[in-house]
Amino acid sequence: MTFTKNTAAVDGSLRDKLAKKGVVLTSLDFLYNWGRRSSIWPLQFGLACCAIEMIAAACARYDIARFGAELFRASPRQADLMIVSGTVTKKMAPLVVRLYNQMAEPKYVLAMGACAISGGPFIDGYNVLRGIDRYIPVDVLLPGCPPRPEALIHGLMELQKKIASQEIQTAPWYQKGLKREFPIPELGPNGLIPKFNPEVWQPPKTNARKEHYGQPILIGKKQKAPDLEAVAVAPSVPPSGAAS
Amino acid sequence: MEMIAKKNNLEGAQMLEINFGPQHPSTHGVFRMNVFLEGEKICALKPVMGYLHRNHELIAENLTYAATMAYTDRLDYFNSMANNFGYALAAEKLAGIEVPERAAYIRVIMGELARIVNHVMLIGFLLNDLGAFFTPTLYAFREREKILNLFEEVSGSRMMGNYFRFGGVKRDLTDGNLAAIQRIVSRFPAFLDEFEALLTKNEILCMRCQNVGVLPAALAVNAGITGPVLRASGVNYDIRKVDGYGLYDRFRFQIPVGQKGDVYDRYYVRILEMRESLKILEQALEQIPQGEILNKKTLPVLKMPRNFKPAVGEAYGRIESPKGELGYYLVSDGTPQPWRYHVRAPSLINLTVLEDMCLGQKVADAIIILGSIDIVLGETDR
Amino acid sequence: MKLPIETVQKELEARMPDVKLRKVRDSLLIENALDLRRVAAFLKESPEFRLDYLSSVTGADYLAYLESVYHFYSVEKKQGPVVLRVRVPKTEPKIPSLAPVYRSAELQEREAYDMFGIIFEGHPDLRRLFMWESFEGYPLRKDYEQEDTEILEAADIAWLDAHRIAVPNEMKEKARELQAAGKRAVAQRPEKPRPA
Repeated sequence: MTFTKNTAAVDGSLRDKLAKKGVVLTSLDFLYNWGRRSSIWPLQFGLACCAIEMIAAACARYDIARFGAELFRASPRQADLMIVSGTVTKKMAPLVVRLYNQMAEPKYVLAMGACAISGGPFIDGYNVLRGIDRYIPVDVLLPGCPPRPEALIHGLMELQKKIASQEIQTAPWYQKGLKREFPIPELGPNGLIPKFNPEVWQPPKTNARKEHYGQPILIGKKQKAPDLEAVAVAPSVPPSGAAS
Repeated sequence: MEMIAKKNNLEGAQMLEINFGPQHPSTHGVFRMNVFLEGEKICALKPVMGYLHRNHELIAENLTYAATMAYTDRLDYFNSMANNFGYALAAEKLAGIEVPERAAYIRVIMGELARIVNHVMLIGFLLNDLGAFFTPTLYAFREREKILNLFEEVSGSRMMGNYFRFGGVKRDLTDGNLAAIQRIVSRFPAFLDEFEALLTKNEILCMRCQNVGVLPAALAVNAGITGPVLRASGVNYDIRKVDGYGLYDRFRFQIPVGQKGDVYDRYYVRILEMRESLKILEQALEQIPQGEILNKKTLPVLKMPRNFKPAVGEAYGRIESPKGELGYYLVSDGTPQPWRYHVRAPSLINLTVLEDMCLGQKVADAIIILGSIDIVLGETDR
Repeated sequence: MKLPIETVQKELEARMPDVKLRKVRDSLLIENALDLRRVAAFLKESPEFRLDYLSSVTGADYLAYLESVYHFYSVEKKQGPVVLRVRVPKTEPKIPSLAPVYRSAELQEREAYDMFGIIFEGHPDLRRLFMWESFEGYPLRKDYEQEDTEILEAADIAWLDAHRIAVPNEMKEKARELQAAGKRAVAQRPEKPRPA
C-alpha cells in the first residue's frame, strides 16, 4: 500500500542507496498525514449501547491506544474525531450538530453502529433520526449492532487510510474562508425542522425499503381493542421453576 | 428560576443555573441535569430525560412476542441477559408456559453472571466519577471481558445475547461452557479481594462517599426505589427472596443490607452482592441436572412466531435486575402482537429521589450520587 | 406472597361502601376515577395490607377509552401484587394523581401524560418527560400519525431559505402542494401490524 503520491519522482534503487547513507526521502504530505493519522483523539461522546463497545475498545484487551487514539477528550475543541456511537434521537440531533460545529478543523466523523448510519433497529420510531448523515458529513460508516471492538479498530484504520490520502494543497481547512459548520436543526411540533439538510443528504431516488415493504414505516394499525372481561379464565399460571 | 426560588424558600439568593448537558463525561449516557447553585451548594436539581427515547414500546406493540426479545437486550445494555429473563418471565405468565429444570438453572446462571458484570462495571465507573481516572475501570473491564467471552460462546454475541426463549433458553451449555463458568467462579473472589483491598478502606473513597447523598428508608420505599439503592438504605427487600421466581428458593444466599444509605453503603452493598452471586453460581453449577432446555410447546413458535397467540389477558412479570425491579407489563388481545407492552424501568424510578439526595451537597458530589444510583439511559428512556 | 384480589375487594366493600368496584381478571376496576386516591390511601394505611410500594403506573389506549393500571406491593409484609385500574374517556382524560400519596408516581405519571395525554390532577409538575415541550400529539395512542421524514414541508423550506441553503425544485414543489391541500406529510402505515 503506497501512502505517497510522489514515489515516482525518485526511483527505488536510488532511494535505497540514499537510505544506506542515512538520508531518508519523503514527501511533506506523507509526514503531515503520518502525524495526523497516528494520533487521532476521539471526542468522548457515547450515546447508547455502542458506547460500551467503544469503551471496551479503549480498555486493556483491545487497546485502541496502540493506534494513538487513547485520549478521549471531553471538550470538542480538543478532539479530532467524533465517534457517533448509538442511536441519535430527534431530541439529541441538534446537540450532535452543535458539537460538530464546535470541533476545530481538521475534523472527522465515524458513524458507529447501525443506528448512527440509518436508524438501525429503531428506524420505525417517531423520535429516532434515520442516520446522522442527514445533517453532518460522515467519513466512515461502521455497521454492526453493536460492532465489536475489533470492528471499531478496523473502522479507525480505514479512517487512517483516508487521512493518508489527503493532500495539503487541496485540504478543505486551508481554503480561504471555509468553515465547515452546519446549521443546527430545531425541534418542531412533529419532529425536526428541517427534516434533513439537502446540501448534505438527499433521499435516494429508489428507496429499497419502500419498494420492498410498500410503505416507509412498518407500524401497523389494529382495529379492535381486547376486552379483558369477556372470557372468565382462571388466574394466570405463576412461573414455577421445576416442570417438564 | 423565580419559581424554584419560591419553592425552596430561597428568595433573594443569587443562584446560578448550570446545565450538566447530555454530552458530559460522567453522566452515564445522554442524561441532562439542570442544577441551580448558590456558590458551590446545590439548591435545586431538575433532571431532563428523553435524549435516548427510542420508542421501544411502540415497536414492541408492532412485533410478535418472540421478535421483541431481541429488542429487550438493548434496554439495559450493561447486562442484557437480565432483561431477557424478565421478558421471558412475563410472557410465560401470560401464556402459561412452564420452564424445564435445566433451562431454569441455566437462566439463573446467566442472570447472576450478568449481575456480576453490571456491579463490577458500575464500581469502575463510580471510581471514574470520583476522579481515579480510568484505572479501576480498566481492572473492572478486564474481568468483564472474561465473562463476555463466555456469553459469546454461549449465545453468539458479547453483549446483545438474545439468548432466552419462552419456556427455556436457545442453546444448551456444553461441558466446556460449564468448565469455563467454574473457572470464572473460582478466580473471581481473588480479583474481588484485590479490588476491595485497594478500595474499601481507601481514605479518599471513605471521605468522599460517607455521609454523602443519604436516602432515608421511608422515602425510599414511598418513592418506589428498588435494588441495591433500597437495600443500602436499610430495607430488606429482594425480589429473588420475596417472589421466589426462577429457582432462587433452592439456593442459600444472603441479602446484604446497608445502614445509612449513603454512597459508600451503595458501593459496599454491591461488592457484597457480587460475593453472594458467586455463592449462587457455585451452588447452581453443582446442582444443574441434565435435561431439555426448551419447553416442547415453544418449538413451533421458534419456526413460526406468528403462532404464538396467547389468550386475551394481561401479565406483569418482574425480576430483581442488578439495578432494581425490572417489570414487564403485557396485555394480549389474541393476535400475534401484544396490545400493550410496558417496561417498568428501575433506572427511571430511582431518579425520583435524585433531587432529594443532592440538596445541600456540592456539585462534585452530585456526580457521584448519580453514579451510585446506577442508571442506564437505554432503560430510563426506553 | 400472593394476595388474592377477592380479599382486597371484600375489605374495600366493607370499609368504603360508596366506592363502586368491579373485578376484572386479577385486578379491581374502580368505576369512578375520582375515588382512586381515597382507595390508594386506604390501602396504604390499612394494617392488614400495608401496600406502601407503588411499583408501576401504566397507561394504555383501548380505542374507546384510556386506562391507567397501578401495581401495588407491600414491602413491610412482603405481599402483593394488588392491581387497580381506572378508565377515562378520551374526550376528558382526567385522573386524580397519586403523586401526593406515593412519590414513585411522579415520573411515571409524567410519562403516561407524555405518551397518552392522560391528565393527572394534583400532580406537582405535570409536563412532558421524554418528548420536548413543543411536541404536539400523544405518540403511543393508536391513532397517532408519524411524520414522513423524507418529504420536506413548508416550514422546512422556510427554515432552509432563511439559512440560505439550496433546495432542489421538486422538493419545493411538493411542499407547496402539501401546504395548498392543508395536509401534513404523514408517513403511510400498513393497515395491519407486521406478520412476523
